[in-house]
Amino acid sequence: MVANSSFMQMFAKSPVKPMQQHIEKAHACAMELIPFFEAVLAKDWQQAEVIQKRITTLEHEADTLKRGVRAHLPKSLFMPVPRTDLLELLRMQDRIANKAKDVAGIMLGRRMEVPDAIAELMLAHVTGAVAVSQQAVTALNELDELVATGFRGREVSVVEKMIDDLDQLEHEADVREKELRHAFFALEKELPPIDAMFLYKVIDWVGEVADRAQQVGSRLQLLLAR
Amino acid sequence: MTIIAEYGTVLIALACIFGFFMAWGVGANDVANAMGTSVGSGALTIKQAIMIAIVFEFAGAYLAGGAVTATIRKGIIDPGILVGTPELLVFGMMASLLAAGVWLLVATHYGWPVSTTHSIVGAIVGFAAVGISVEAVAWGKVGSIVASWVVSPVIAGGLAFMLYRSVQKLIMDTADPFANAKKYVPLYSFLVGFVISMVTFTKGLKHIGLELSYGESAFYSIVAGVAVALLAKYLQRNITQSKEENVDFHFTSVEKVFGVLMMFTACAMAFAHGSNDVANAVGPLAAVVSIIGAGGEVAQKSSMPSWILLLGGGGIVAGLVMYGHKVIATVGTGITELTPSRGFAATLAAATTVVIASGTGLPISTTHTLVGAVLGVGIARGLGALNMQVVGTIFMSWIVTLPAGAGLAILFYFILKGIFGG
Repeated sequence: MVANSSFMQMFAKSPVKPMQQHIEKAHACAMELIPFFEAVLAKDWQQAEVIQKRITTLEHEADTLKRGVRAHLPKSLFMPVPRTDLLELLRMQDRIANKAKDVAGIMLGRRMEVPDAIAELMLAHVTGAVAVSQQAVTALNELDELVATGFRGREVSVVEKMIDDLDQLEHEADVREKELRHAFFALEKELPPIDAMFLYKVIDWVGEVADRAQQVGSRLQLLLAR
Repeated sequence: MTIIAEYGTVLIALACIFGFFMAWGVGANDVANAMGTSVGSGALTIKQAIMIAIVFEFAGAYLAGGAVTATIRKGIIDPGILVGTPELLVFGMMASLLAAGVWLLVATHYGWPVSTTHSIVGAIVGFAAVGISVEAVAWGKVGSIVASWVVSPVIAGGLAFMLYRSVQKLIMDTADPFANAKKYVPLYSFLVGFVISMVTFTKGLKHIGLELSYGESAFYSIVAGVAVALLAKYLQRNITQSKEENVDFHFTSVEKVFGVLMMFTACAMAFAHGSNDVANAVGPLAAVVSIIGAGGEVAQKSSMPSWILLLGGGGIVAGLVMYGHKVIATVGTGITELTPSRGFAATLAAATTVVIASGTGLPISTTHTLVGAVLGVGIARGLGALNMQVVGTIFMSWIVTLPAGAGLAILFYFILKGIFGG
């Protein structure tokens, strides 16, 4: 006699919570970059490998969460935000994790060493990028509150302020990246050219982590604007 | 006439069994939808929900169900045509009860969303049109009933939209949502108490010998509303907010305050469901009993014996106790998105719509009204995700239920006619 009630099935699994879990996981990937770079700077490749494995595991977990969100978003859902915008937001979140994995992968694979002269700037660059991704998590934590308030009023201003802060943080990260490139340019000739090229690539990718996190903010803003 | 004199007791006994069976089905399944929102929002435990359901389903059926029972009993079929052959009406009503009960059982087994209201109305119209004559059906009345099936979810949706928008405006979207929740929840509680008692006082109490003027009703309803509001104030006095619980979801403390309100709306919902769906189940039984009790007169004015409502209420309680808690458990735990503030808006809107329909004697579907109300909250952009495919299935089901109920009723009608002769 006890069967599935259709009334219950009417309430589809809300994507809000899984979206938040996903960005937390993606951010966890980015966060691991700090101890990873510390290990690389200390030339502790054993430790670096451990952390790189951890990043890969976290990235896999983020992928699983991403697939879960996608699987639960059929076209027949009635949501307070457009489905396409939500999927786009998810894609941006996922790219934070992907970039972090790429950075750790290439550095470990090529046993890349960072010259001592730019070590401090490099670490600051990484920390700055992670701060941007942290702010993206903070902003996305407001998603359920946005749903509760119907994407209107004060809560929207709160989130908009967070997105402004996010943009500011990304801008600061950009400035630091420029400084780092400048410092590295001064000593690039002392390094084997290929190593130097790849180090530029890594600097670039760390910057992209911050960039993706900022993109998450702009997609979130798209959800607000309506 | 002789059939009724000869088999009167047997027929009443059978009708009672069928009526109880039908009420049992309502209790085992339909109540779960009414109470599931409250359990799902975490405002009530399953045990509390069942206790509330038992008390308020019964109260609703007894205090506000009279008009719907009357519609089912004598509104759908034109009794004038049946003066000479009252036994046909007796067979038909019994067949309708059995048909609706069986259909409910079958549909529940396969997990199809059905409405007791639609199956019983379909059954009565079916046996009357085929078994007696097409003219026997009061088509005007049937038309207005069907229209109310379309209108009621829309009205409930509109109400839920407005209620949830008001919650967003007055509470969620303010500097101190917690303080405002404490301020406005008693006001909402007043609304719950006022609406339910207003409908009861104006429409329901005549049959228990209490005649009140409109002014008196309004006065007593305000008193009842204030009483509920004070009770809410008392119950929420110990709810405090803490920073830790609000980190993840900033409205966690606010939702705790709404939990108090949800308790009242759950009572209102059970009351509304009792006033409409229980009345559906016992309507045909009341018709059978009144005809046989009058010795074959197709009486128009006979009052409804209260033991019939007792039987209906008993059937519901039996169904609830035997199966209902399992269904409520599945319904309730599935809805994680329905926080008390959303649940309150949806439930109160549905309960209000259903109670008003009960007052006007329109048999409507509680489930459909509730679905409409939930959609209203969704349109206020207040729900994470709703499955529109399922919503479509639920609304489609009533189109299927009507012919199914009618077909079964026609079948049982001719079987009964064959057994007892006529």
